[in-house]
Amino acid sequence: MRHIINLEVENSAGVLARIAGLFSARGFNIESLSVGKMDSDTAHMTLVVRGDDWIIEQVNKQLNKLVDVIHVSDVTETHYVGRELVLVKVYCPPSKRPDISQLVNIFRAKVVDISNRSMTLELTGSEPKINAFLDTLQPFGVQAIARTGAIAMVRDSNGKN
Amino acid sequence: MKGAQLIIEALKAEGVKALFGYPGGTVIDIFDRLKESDIPFYLTRHEQGAVHAADGFARASGKVGVCLATSGPGATNVVTGIATAHMDSIPLVVLTGQVATHLIGNDAFQEVDICGITRSITKHNFMVKDPEDLPRTLKAAFYIARSGRPGPVLVDIPKDIQQAEVMAPYPEQIELRSYRPTLKGNIQQLKKAARLIEKSRKPVIFAGGGVVSSNAQEEIRQLSSIIDAPVTTSLMGLGVFPEQHSHALKMLGMHGTEYANYAVQEADLLIAVGVRFDDRVTGKVDKFAPAAQIIHIDVDPTSIRKNVQVTIPVVGDIKTVLRDLNPLLKPRKNPEWLQQTQNWKQQHPLRYSQSGKVQPQYIIERLADLTRHDAIICTEVGQNQMWTAQFFNFRHSRSFLTSGGLGTMGYGFPAAIGAQVACPDKLVIDIAGDGSIQMNIQELATAVLHNLPIKVIILNNHSLGMVRQWQSIFYDRRFSQICLNRRTTCPPDCDQNPDHCPPAYVPNFVKLAEAYGASGFFIDHNDQVNDVLETAIATPGPVLVEVAIDKEENVYPMVPTGAPIHQMLRGMA
Ligand SMILES: Cc1ncc(C[n+]2csc(CCOP(=O)(O)OP(=O)(O)O)c2C)c(N)n1
Repeated sequence: MRHIINLEVENSAGVLARIAGLFSARGFNIESLSVGKMDSDTAHMTLVVRGDDWIIEQVNKQLNKLVDVIHVSDVTETHYVGRELVLVKVYCPPSKRPDISQLVNIFRAKVVDISNRSMTLELTGSEPKINAFLDTLQPFGVQAIARTGAIAMVRDSNGKN
Repeated sequence: MKGAQLIIEALKAEGVKALFGYPGGTVIDIFDRLKESDIPFYLTRHEQGAVHAADGFARASGKVGVCLATSGPGATNVVTGIATAHMDSIPLVVLTGQVATHLIGNDAFQEVDICGITRSITKHNFMVKDPEDLPRTLKAAFYIARSGRPGPVLVDIPKDIQQAEVMAPYPEQIELRSYRPTLKGNIQQLKKAARLIEKSRKPVIFAGGGVVSSNAQEEIRQLSSIIDAPVTTSLMGLGVFPEQHSHALKMLGMHGTEYANYAVQEADLLIAVGVRFDDRVTGKVDKFAPAAQIIHIDVDPTSIRKNVQVTIPVVGDIKTVLRDLNPLLKPRKNPEWLQQTQNWKQQHPLRYSQSGKVQPQYIIERLADLTRHDAIICTEVGQNQMWTAQFFNFRHSRSFLTSGGLGTMGYGFPAAIGAQVACPDKLVIDIAGDGSIQMNIQELATAVLHNLPIKVIILNNHSLGMVRQWQSIFYDRRFSQICLNRRTTCPPDCDQNPDHCPPAYVPNFVKLAEAYGASGFFIDHNDQVNDVLETAIATPGPVLVEVAIDKEENVYPMVPTGAPIHQMLRGMA
């Protein structure tokens, strides 16, 4: 199963290498990893990991064991907001602009760059939404994709993902 | 105060009684300050010797072992020793010099990324990049090394940091928001454990190295006596339960006793304390202890449910947990179950054949007798290690020092040096194979020059015996590169007949000992064993005893890899 794990870590040199090293050394499967600074000495990470319960239990424990990791929370079973950001460049001669603009509206994406040959779009959303967006664009000719991994936050309300 | 001086002050504040190491360009400032200090320094002949000695010191004393090496080759030379300590959860602080901060990343002379290299084999490591961080970092290193599940911590200290002025004082205490080991076991879990113990009819206690690090041997003995349960140990746990005791089942696993393995396979409850269910213990893991529920007590949550399913996990320091658990237990007797284990003991004792040659097992038994089991026994790796584990009959915690998890040949002798430094009044013996001893033989100089009266017993089978044993059993006697006596004049296909072997083994260990200024003895007949061993023990200073043994002698019983542990090969005996 796919698990979303949030980490609060010391913003120290090597912390990223420690986490990446843990995953490679123990053969855990990491799908995405996003890192951002919270304050001068703390960073936030969201990991997306695949594995059965047994593996996920080890992943959580092993992360907790790292001296630089302050807090581990597996949010998969909670109500959480999960978001990713994607930038995608599609082949787009002027004649195709209306078609693509329509898709942009449907997905509530944004146009961030435009040229005679291409359009660059930005979309924030859950993983399935981003996948759907990219699938829809495929027939036009996707030239480049830059995608963050997921980031996640637990909701206080009872909303859905 | 300069950084280098602060390092000395830190060592003093931590009560460091011995430092093992080797100098070089990036630690020259520290060595300069050491000259003025009264911390005893042991200059080994190789950095690997220094780190194993620090490890032996830690295992024998229960204190943090400290080792100091220069950057680059000095640092890479301690890698094996760090991994050895990591696998066996031994508290070490390893200090390495590093090139000056402005050179880092430039492939400077003697620069290696030792933090990168050791990341997966340390409990934690640090590079100090700001002189003001030095005091806190050293404090944290000692704290992390010795607390929770102990382990090695490396601190990499660039040369300019050693030379810089440090204003911050050495802290008396430290708190790390991201590191807080759980010490006390959850009381609800303990109550559940107590109920499970009460219901069980065939309990077995399985004690490991965690009991040693937590100094909980007394508590284990109490537990066994309250609930009348037999005790088996892992290799790392040898000594925590006296092996002459009627409840002792001795070692479990691949080269464990038949009766320990049978008892675990029959048990309805396994109380696993400070163990991690290594594959050398479990054999085929889904056939391990098939009838047993498992209570697993360990300070490291990652050890629990890593290899086997557990009924009741308890996370906490073993001594603390057992002190809470033991009073919850009702005293009881298990006469039938103990009778059963007793029967297995009588039917399947450890044994060995009495051929004409000197039997290595006999040597171990004689050593145990001559020392009245009151010695610190180190081993190398291979058959020598397993025979020692099987036949010494350990009685005391911290009296058996061996590289269990990593299986590092060359560990035993330098570890003996550290142990002798930690315990100057104890008899320290290294039981070695002719292969392993040559991996750190250079430390004879260290032992002689520091007058450390270690006795090294080399069980010389002219072979890498344990590898030969595997080739013999599982590879149809297709021997490949296991003969340490082979030379260019040997026929391409050796007939394994010792009468056709080159006459002189290289090196001549007795002469080698003498060359180093140690004493050397040789045994090749059973009737010499007692006299020579007695003389060797009585001889002052380091002594090396070479014992000629038969290369065909193997370690039995043996569970082949991948088999369940009750399916043991018994060998010839
Ligand atoms: C550093 C290292 N290299 C290789 C091995 C693999 N190995 C395990 S046992 C063994 C043979 C050891 O031979 P020896 O020291 O003579 O001991 P014996 O088994 O003959 O008692 C070898 C090569 C090891 N454990 N450690």
